[in-house]
Amino acid sequence: MAKANLMDYEKAIELFEVVIGLEVHVELNTNTKMFCGCRNDFGDEPNTNVCPICIGLPGSLPVVNGKAVESSISIGLALGCQIEPNGGFSRKNYFYPDLAKNYQTSQFKDPIAFEGQIDVEVPSGNKFTVLIERAHMEEDAGKLTHIGGATGRIQGAEYSLVDYNRAGVPLVEIVTKPVYGAGAEAPELAAAYVRLIREIVKALGVSEARMERGNVRCDANVSIRPHGQEKLGTRTETKNVNSLRSIERAVRYEIQRQAHILAGGGTITQETRHWHEDKGATSAGRPKSDADDYRYFPEPDLVPVQPSTELIERLRAALPENPADRRKRLATEWGFAELEFRDVVNAGLMDLIEETVAQGAKPQSARKWYAGELSRIANSEEKDVLALNITPAQVAELANLVESGKINDRIAREVLSAVLDGAGSPEQIVKERGLEVVSDDGALIAAIDEALKSQPDVLEKIREGKVQAAGAVIGAVMQAMKGQADAARVRELVLERAASL
Amino acid sequence: MSEITPDLVRHLAGLARIDLHEDEVVRFTEQLSLIVDSVAKISDAIDANTPATSHPIPLANVFREDVVQPSLTQEQALSGAPDSGQGRFRVAAILDEE
Repeated sequence: MAKANLMDYEKAIELFEVVIGLEVHVELNTNTKMFCGCRNDFGDEPNTNVCPICIGLPGSLPVVNGKAVESSISIGLALGCQIEPNGGFSRKNYFYPDLAKNYQTSQFKDPIAFEGQIDVEVPSGNKFTVLIERAHMEEDAGKLTHIGGATGRIQGAEYSLVDYNRAGVPLVEIVTKPVYGAGAEAPELAAAYVRLIREIVKALGVSEARMERGNVRCDANVSIRPHGQEKLGTRTETKNVNSLRSIERAVRYEIQRQAHILAGGGTITQETRHWHEDKGATSAGRPKSDADDYRYFPEPDLVPVQPSTELIERLRAALPENPADRRKRLATEWGFAELEFRDVVNAGLMDLIEETVAQGAKPQSARKWYAGELSRIANSEEKDVLALNITPAQVAELANLVESGKINDRIAREVLSAVLDGAGSPEQIVKERGLEVVSDDGALIAAIDEALKSQPDVLEKIREGKVQAAGAVIGAVMQAMKGQADAARVRELVLERAASL
Repeated sequence: MSEITPDLVRHLAGLARIDLHEDEVVRFTEQLSLIVDSVAKISDAIDANTPATSHPIPLANVFREDVVQPSLTQEQALSGAPDSGQGRFRVAAILDEE
């Protein structure tokens, strides 16, 4: 794929107005699937969580998962939506082996939730109101593995293998209205919006909300038009953007790509595009079908869904604190400086720090680990911090080992890299490798005495009050202890011993 | 009056992955027109206040408890598949979405 020509970003923003629209799919964490009692689980053996309903065998009849409906209503309420009093399901017809039925059971004219809005803050501190058009219930599709292509992609594949474990897993698709006026901050707004949706569904407890597992997936619609033009530009829909970082990059890329085409007198093709994280570029997919081509019609096997006012009000009363209030509360509880807190939010570290604090770490040390060493490692590996192989409990353990003086910062970084390599928990690693600082004064004193005796000139200087001379002795002792000593304690003891020898 | 044209029939056949001969296109254009016109007669019997109805039975809110039920075994699931491999259904590679 040749990299398309891109216009300089600042120039693109100067010439064009950006309009974005976002579709976020949230996989619910119900025990069972949307329309059958098969287990909703990630990572099981292929085709072991399937039944006649979710593999579309003739004569099978779906029944709606009541918990999934409640979760969907909760999401709608948290987004400030109205709830549809008389809705139902429709069949969206298409032929592709990711669903065995030849249609996806979805909602069309009567989504469970509609017309909401949320306020989204971008890294600069600017706030935008994003209008929600709808949130509807549907089922996820199965997973295809393409075999025989050079890269495992469909191009050149000889055949595909299908696992229907994910087919029928409940999804809520949240669709925004076109978002105007974000200008140069449109890419940041897209990422901040998806981050907020993640926070909301996580706080509601209705989804695991892990992007790296596909629990939250985003399709980004982007169009641009010359400033002052009323007619919207032709949009593209970029799929496969599955991290916050990719969303930002993909939107920015599409703005630059479209600007280059329009400025050169070309036209934008309305199409689905695929985001390639490795190349940092999008490529053309299929031309977008018209909604008509899906031949939606009411699902005859499922009766209408009519949530009662009592149910809606019960779910509304159970809504958790909204994300803006939560941010305010955590900012107070953690006592970070304003800039520190904003950096934490913008880096998407708030949840991780909250969990790490809950596991017993001090807020400041949790922040230092995530914003410092862990972010640095994630950056160098071009990953989200979330995708690193370390749990909040392990970070808390590591932070506390340092806090309690059992290991020093240098050893802590060594332990961290062992944890990331899968060697076990920080405490295990410290124990197994004998990394704990030597806090036994006896061992330290022996080493100090030896160092002082072997450098009589230094000993003399210290005795004369030239305290900075102690550095040479401290260095020798730290080396003898293989770095596993608390340098401040060594210094104290050196001065003590120098006086008494 | 129906708006079923031969082109529309060809388009629908394409969506349904059905390969139609030209004489079938002509025949189905006539038949589909007749069917759609017949169904459209319903419009004569209702007015704007009639709610859209998709189900004949006055029943709503039939829900299932969120409790796991036994699934098929992998062997059972694949038993009717024309082809399979690695515990999965094997299908022809279709150039569509990646």
